[in-house]
Amino acid sequence: MTDSKRFFDLGKSGLTRRTALKGLAAGAGLMAAPGFVRYSQAQSSAPIKIGFQAHRTGIGAAYGRWYEKTTNAAVKLINDAGGINGRPVEIIVEDDGTDPKRGAEVVGKFASQHKTDIVFGTLFSHVVVGSAPTAGELKIPYYVVSEGYHVASGKLNRWVFQPGITDVRSQVTSVAPWVAANLGKKVTMIYPDYAFGYDHRDYFAPAIKAQGGEVVAQIPIPPTESSFTKYLPQIPADTEVLYHVMVGPGVLTFVKELGEFYGSNKPQLFGFIDSLEAVDINSPGLEFLDGSHFWEGSPRYAQANDSEAMKAYRAAVGIDDNGASTTDAKDVSTAAHMFGCWETLYVIKKAMEDSGYKGPEDRAKLVEATEALTEFKDGPEHPQGDKTFNGKIHQVFGHQNISKVEGGKLNVVHRTSIEDGMYEPEGDYTTQPL
Amino acid sequence: MTGEGEAARVYALHVAVIALLVALNFVLPEYHHGVLARVLVLAVFAMGYNLLFGYVGLLSLGHAMFFAAGLYGAGLPLYHLGWGVVPAFAGGIGAGFVVALAVGLLALRTSGVAFMIVTMMFAQVFYLTTLYFGEWTRGDEGLVLQQQARRITLGSGTLDLTNPVTRYLTAVALFAAALFATLAIVRSRHGRVLVAIRENEERTRMLGYDTFANKLTAVVISGIICAAAGAAYALLFGYVGSTFASVQYSILPLLWVLLGGAATTLGPLIGTLFMYYVIDITSGFTSAYMLVVGAMLILLVLWFRKGILGTLRERWLGWLP
Repeated sequence: MTDSKRFFDLGKSGLTRRTALKGLAAGAGLMAAPGFVRYSQAQSSAPIKIGFQAHRTGIGAAYGRWYEKTTNAAVKLINDAGGINGRPVEIIVEDDGTDPKRGAEVVGKFASQHKTDIVFGTLFSHVVVGSAPTAGELKIPYYVVSEGYHVASGKLNRWVFQPGITDVRSQVTSVAPWVAANLGKKVTMIYPDYAFGYDHRDYFAPAIKAQGGEVVAQIPIPPTESSFTKYLPQIPADTEVLYHVMVGPGVLTFVKELGEFYGSNKPQLFGFIDSLEAVDINSPGLEFLDGSHFWEGSPRYAQANDSEAMKAYRAAVGIDDNGASTTDAKDVSTAAHMFGCWETLYVIKKAMEDSGYKGPEDRAKLVEATEALTEFKDGPEHPQGDKTFNGKIHQVFGHQNISKVEGGKLNVVHRTSIEDGMYEPEGDYTTQPL
Repeated sequence: MTGEGEAARVYALHVAVIALLVALNFVLPEYHHGVLARVLVLAVFAMGYNLLFGYVGLLSLGHAMFFAAGLYGAGLPLYHLGWGVVPAFAGGIGAGFVVALAVGLLALRTSGVAFMIVTMMFAQVFYLTTLYFGEWTRGDEGLVLQQQARRITLGSGTLDLTNPVTRYLTAVALFAAALFATLAIVRSRHGRVLVAIRENEERTRMLGYDTFANKLTAVVISGIICAAAGAAYALLFGYVGSTFASVQYSILPLLWVLLGGAATTLGPLIGTLFMYYVIDITSGFTSAYMLVVGAMLILLVLWFRKGILGTLRERWLGWLP
């Protein structure tokens, strides 16, 4: 029964009893070691443990690396200033591989093995959605920095918060008035044919319509495409604004092919910086973007009117005036999003202080204290700007930046108001039991 | 092939494994308790894969579609139509049956490398379909099945699948069902024919067996077992997303089975468990943990060509099924 010519069965093995025993012993050692360690009860001076669900590998790795840098910088500052409730903060990192299955496992590991107080820091929305049920079941507060509309949609659960970065629905709603007034009213949208793209599709169209504009065509691009030339002729000739959101490595090809398609006679371009995060705007092939506009959460390039808080934040995280690492000018940051980690940590600090948080037994109190927050003032804790928080949908609202590519830099030309990005909430987490 | 004494020994071993898994419910620390529940469900996926790969010798690179058929077959009606847990689970199995039958009828016209490619293409079509109908599936982002929807009302009582103990025991029950089903199949007349097909299909056909029908049955049963795992995953862990239909989830069961031992009934569990902990532990030390997994697979090919249990069987425990 075992003799065969099947795949990978390459013949008689050279196993000896000694190697087998060694293997078994090593395996038993591996299985027994870490998880069975007894953890002592948290003492009052023991650190507050924050489980950081990081994208160290997988498609989110470029973001994950900068999320980690920002987090470490904020935690150092918090600890230098006395920690939270007099206790130091300790970050425990687990890699989720940017995978929703592993993400859920990692949340379980934080809650029941590392015994962290909370979980924090996830970016990619499929990992957030995949991990949310586990966080809810284990009743561990889960603070994400993802910008997806998932938290605000009311479809997750009471334990998930997004208090440090605005969501896509709010972002696209708030830029619509400026786009209609400055670039044009006839918009063609090009977006990735999956959930992130749908948030743009579903919420930008009504927002531009409210401004007297219209979406003349919507062109979804399947995620497996590596060339876009066949989609470009679908762009109607009367298009005034080409709204583009591309995520993934295809963006360089997309821009290059767009340049070849249009030549010098192009419509106005408005894009989301997401696909060019961690990518130098002066990379070969991106010349076509010169003069076009981008949404940015927080500006990548230092601006003339940067506040002292913004300057201090950039210095602490270690990015230069071009938004690249101060130690390596080629290492471009994910500046438009990573401020969210910084601000979320300060929200957590505030909520823990408000609730007198002592340990995991106070997690429900922490959830309620977070829900009770309403406003965050501009300053060292919120360098991107002031914000309002809606405790019912667990989502923060803030200012957005619209930047123009000029002279190889992104210069902010407009900053939206918080009200521009407000919408009618669709859910209320506070009605769910804790 | 096996005497009565050996049969008793085989059944005793399998019953003991299930008894051990039930006993572990009471002693495992919280983290490992949760991990094992998840691993058991994924091991069922691997067992479904093993039935086709190990016993029939058909290497599919598309089994993610069967797992995902179960995942969506259970998750979508529960999410959109408010189905209960039991009908949703049945829906998952039904979806697995339909997909496996359709794919089997077409893919079995090929064999060897062509079979691998055809199954991979079908799985890719399935994956893209889950993205295409993003309106209902939310594509890659996926859907959360709320806790209150994952409860079974039994008379006056409620079985809450989000309770760790209930979830664990449900996973053990599913695993036991799949394990004994696999054992029964491989020890049956049909199972012998499957092995005969693996060893020499031409000769089996010459002996008068309808090899196509036997292979199709195997594909369908394999698909149903994988779909049961997918449906259970959705209902027990509350998430439905298209990542589970991606090619990565077609490769994983192959690796689990190779690690544990192809054509062994317990190999899939050993392989899934082993791989989980290798990733879990090594990722704590290095972000290059997939390198460790790769090195381990190379070592496996060099020294444990038949996987962990396969090697044990070859060396010492010839009676293992």
